[in-house]
Amino acid sequence: MKDISLRVGGAAGDGIASVGESFCRIFSRNGFYVFGHNGYQSVIRGGHVWFQARASPERIWSQGDGCDLLYALDRQTVDVHAPALRQGGIIVFDPEKFQVPPEKVPAGVRAFPVPTLELARKFSPQSILQNAVGMGACAFLAGVPFATLENVLGDQFRKKKDVLEQNLGAAKLGYEHAQAHGAASDKAMPMKGGAPKLLLTGNQAIALGAASAGLKFLAQYPMTPATSVMHWLAAHATQFDIVVKQAEDELAAINMAIGASYAGVRAMTATSGGGFSLMVEGLGLAGMTETPLVVVEAQRSGPSTGLPTKTEQGDLNMMLGASQGDFPRVILAPGGAAEAFRSTVRAFELAEEFQTPVLLASDLYLSEDLHAVDREELPLDHVPASLFAVPDPPSGSNGYKRYLLTPSGVSPRAIPGQKGLNFIASSDEHDEAGHLISDIYAGIPMFVEVRRKMMEKRMRKLGGILRTTEPPKLEGPANAEVTLVGWGSTALPVRDAMAILSSRGVAVNYLHVRQPFPLHAEAIAQVLRLAKRTLLVEQNYTGQLGRLIRAETGIDLPHKLLHYDGEPLYPWQVVGKVLEVTGRVAS
Amino acid sequence: MSLASAPPKTAGPALKVVYKSSTKPTWCPGCGDYGVVASVERALSSLQVPPHEVVVVGGIGCSSNLPHFLSSYGFHGLHGRAMPVAEGVKLANHGLHVIVTGGDGDGWGIGLGHALHAMRRNLDLTYIVMDNEIYGLTTGQASPTSTMGQKTKSTPQGVIEEPVNPISLSLAAGATYVARGFSGDPKQLSDLIAGGIKHRGFALIDVFSPCVTYNPLNTFDFFRQRLYKLDSAGHDPSDLVKAHAKALEWGDRIPTGLFYRVERPTYEELEPALKPGPLVHQKAGLQGKDKVLDEFV
Ligand SMILES: Cc1ncc(C[n+]2csc(CCOP(=O)(O)OP(=O)(O)O)c2C)c(N)n1
Ligand code: SF4
Ligand SMILES: [Mg+2]
Repeated sequence: MKDISLRVGGAAGDGIASVGESFCRIFSRNGFYVFGHNGYQSVIRGGHVWFQARASPERIWSQGDGCDLLYALDRQTVDVHAPALRQGGIIVFDPEKFQVPPEKVPAGVRAFPVPTLELARKFSPQSILQNAVGMGACAFLAGVPFATLENVLGDQFRKKKDVLEQNLGAAKLGYEHAQAHGAASDKAMPMKGGAPKLLLTGNQAIALGAASAGLKFLAQYPMTPATSVMHWLAAHATQFDIVVKQAEDELAAINMAIGASYAGVRAMTATSGGGFSLMVEGLGLAGMTETPLVVVEAQRSGPSTGLPTKTEQGDLNMMLGASQGDFPRVILAPGGAAEAFRSTVRAFELAEEFQTPVLLASDLYLSEDLHAVDREELPLDHVPASLFAVPDPPSGSNGYKRYLLTPSGVSPRAIPGQKGLNFIASSDEHDEAGHLISDIYAGIPMFVEVRRKMMEKRMRKLGGILRTTEPPKLEGPANAEVTLVGWGSTALPVRDAMAILSSRGVAVNYLHVRQPFPLHAEAIAQVLRLAKRTLLVEQNYTGQLGRLIRAETGIDLPHKLLHYDGEPLYPWQVVGKVLEVTGRVAS
Repeated sequence: MSLASAPPKTAGPALKVVYKSSTKPTWCPGCGDYGVVASVERALSSLQVPPHEVVVVGGIGCSSNLPHFLSSYGFHGLHGRAMPVAEGVKLANHGLHVIVTGGDGDGWGIGLGHALHAMRRNLDLTYIVMDNEIYGLTTGQASPTSTMGQKTKSTPQGVIEEPVNPISLSLAAGATYVARGFSGDPKQLSDLIAGGIKHRGFALIDVFSPCVTYNPLNTFDFFRQRLYKLDSAGHDPSDLVKAHAKALEWGDRIPTGLFYRVERPTYEELEPALKPGPLVHQKAGLQGKDKVLDEFV
């Protein structure tokens, strides 16, 4: 696959992510597909952080394997990342800061000194401009015309003219230094000038999807990697008139969202596994009171506080089982930014249509990394339906039943403020009118019957959800040696692995389970029964989706690639496992 | 479709409104909470608020069942979590009157954090706590307001924790209307509740509402012997320092009435997204707003 990857590393506070993002933007603006992975730690300054910007004229989905340019701001970056350099790779470093010992330079790689500090000092006594010099040098080595870099920097410092001028000057010196002292990378790609791609994080796609679906109320408590959902919506709150409430904790966040939704606006909350643990009782409240609710669960490495800045898909079991008793719920697990946008809109539609909670399962990898999509993939044309669908009853009528028993299990929903439709929503079991049957009526035969009917009414919605949602489709060729099975962001490295395998003549396809619950068990069983061989790929220890599939279809997926070290899954890891299960390499 | 727009906070032409629900209270005979629901009805009638413009939110406990016994809109949520539900309702449609009802366990125990934060936000909510100094529904354990030394099922040797002081806490947290009532005095109580509903901002009314089944200490007689009225004693409710001093009075003489009231901008008034009117009436979605995508180029 034609691609180029730049990796930049240093300490937190060195501006690593900013350099990485600028590189992503240079390429995405010029019509390239891009992926930006931010490898950071739970510290604000110091430690070791790195960013990988990968670009290709073809569709790419993940950070890919290895890199071609390594811009090292410290010695540790060389130690950690030089082994990832591919043939023809270049290490950019400043000899004033440290030396790169020859034994640290892999075969086929060259170390390329750039006096970033010295050149930066021409503009400012502080070291602040060294990254601009470094970027200039890297831009040349990556084959980027200086005008293109100028364009991206121009936007970055749009509001500060003097800072922009210094940065451009410094970048130019770095660019010219590289031009004078070395050749560009043989991976350098000419700018093709295609329609710019949109560059955004999964969380931005989710936030945009929510706003497009008609979100008016977000209540959230900060927790990595869900926090930037709130950041984006807060930054746009006055533009779109959305109330963004930072709650005192996740218990409050989910209950506020339920209250707002009950009162007639589309509401959402977002969190990670730890916060979702606190939301569990609230989730059941939404199910019992039949209040539409969207909860974003952006997973990170658990258990407990775990690795706050590292990725995992370890919360599927919790999402499936969260809260006491049975009630209908939906879990959507998009793979990619455009899909996250669409799934979020869908989450609101399903929550509304079936008056029940919908969980949007993301993870740190999808939520925080940068993805490039085509503008057409984010259509903002969704027209949210009116929530005041229940007509006013004739005057004097008091026959409205909020929880009317219906064949679909969905009852006409009134909004507080509507005259004559007054009702009570109750976390206690209740009758069709909403009156509780948990105290003086509990256990009385007539009300035993009511309880049974209310339970069945609510659970009937699951059938409707299954009928109105699409079963998962196989990606890739119909005829394959191996059928990979996974959910959520696992699709990203898997799709890139499929391209690599196909170029090597190994046909694989992928069953992307975008809706883990309710599971389209029959459709999935059909695919699995026809598969020559299966490989379950999940980013957790126990193979949580595999267990669910076995429970729902009776089919066991014996070959597993289970990944739980906190780092993203790499395409080569999937490729390696496929070669192993097909007997091409020894296990 | 008729939907409440911001209702006037002053009485209009006299309406005959029925707030009583067809559901009869299931409290023990003699329970203090009967006096509270009657006072809420009275307060709402005196203000002439139509029931469909009122949402009453309860938590869990004997007292928290109160929304079922009114004909308004209601939400009977989780133990300790009525407040955030009410905050969500109010922010979604600030044209509604939102009343939160619950017990001392619900509000001063499990839900304490939410109560204090709602107060400092000064949302326009009316919070009525039926304080019986006991956990009623779970059959008589100590509550956060139980008296030192009081023997309960969970403290057979007597309580060994200081009780919380709901009035002091509310004053400190920034509530802008802080009152105490007694369910044995429905006249005073309904006036305090009506005052709270009319008040623009967060109103707390802590109500001594005896549990006749599980609290033999804090009975109607106990309170009748000790209570006196702040207004008769010449208390000035605009004085925060004096309010704090009055909040500390306990023992033979215990004050009821309005401790403190102040005007402060409400959260709804300060929230920019509510400037165009209640959220529930606003346009939703991003049709025609494609320009927002330019920030991702
Ligand atoms: C999360 C949770 N924990 C515990 C309970 C059990 N519970 C129900 S009511 C209650 C205490 C009620 O006390 P209070 O709020 O003072 O109400 P009262 O019954 O005295 O009016 C408890 C602990 C529950 N319903 N939910
Ligand atoms: S147990 Fe106590 S609080 Fe509960 S209803 Fe009976 S008297 Fe009232
Ligand atoms: Mg109590």
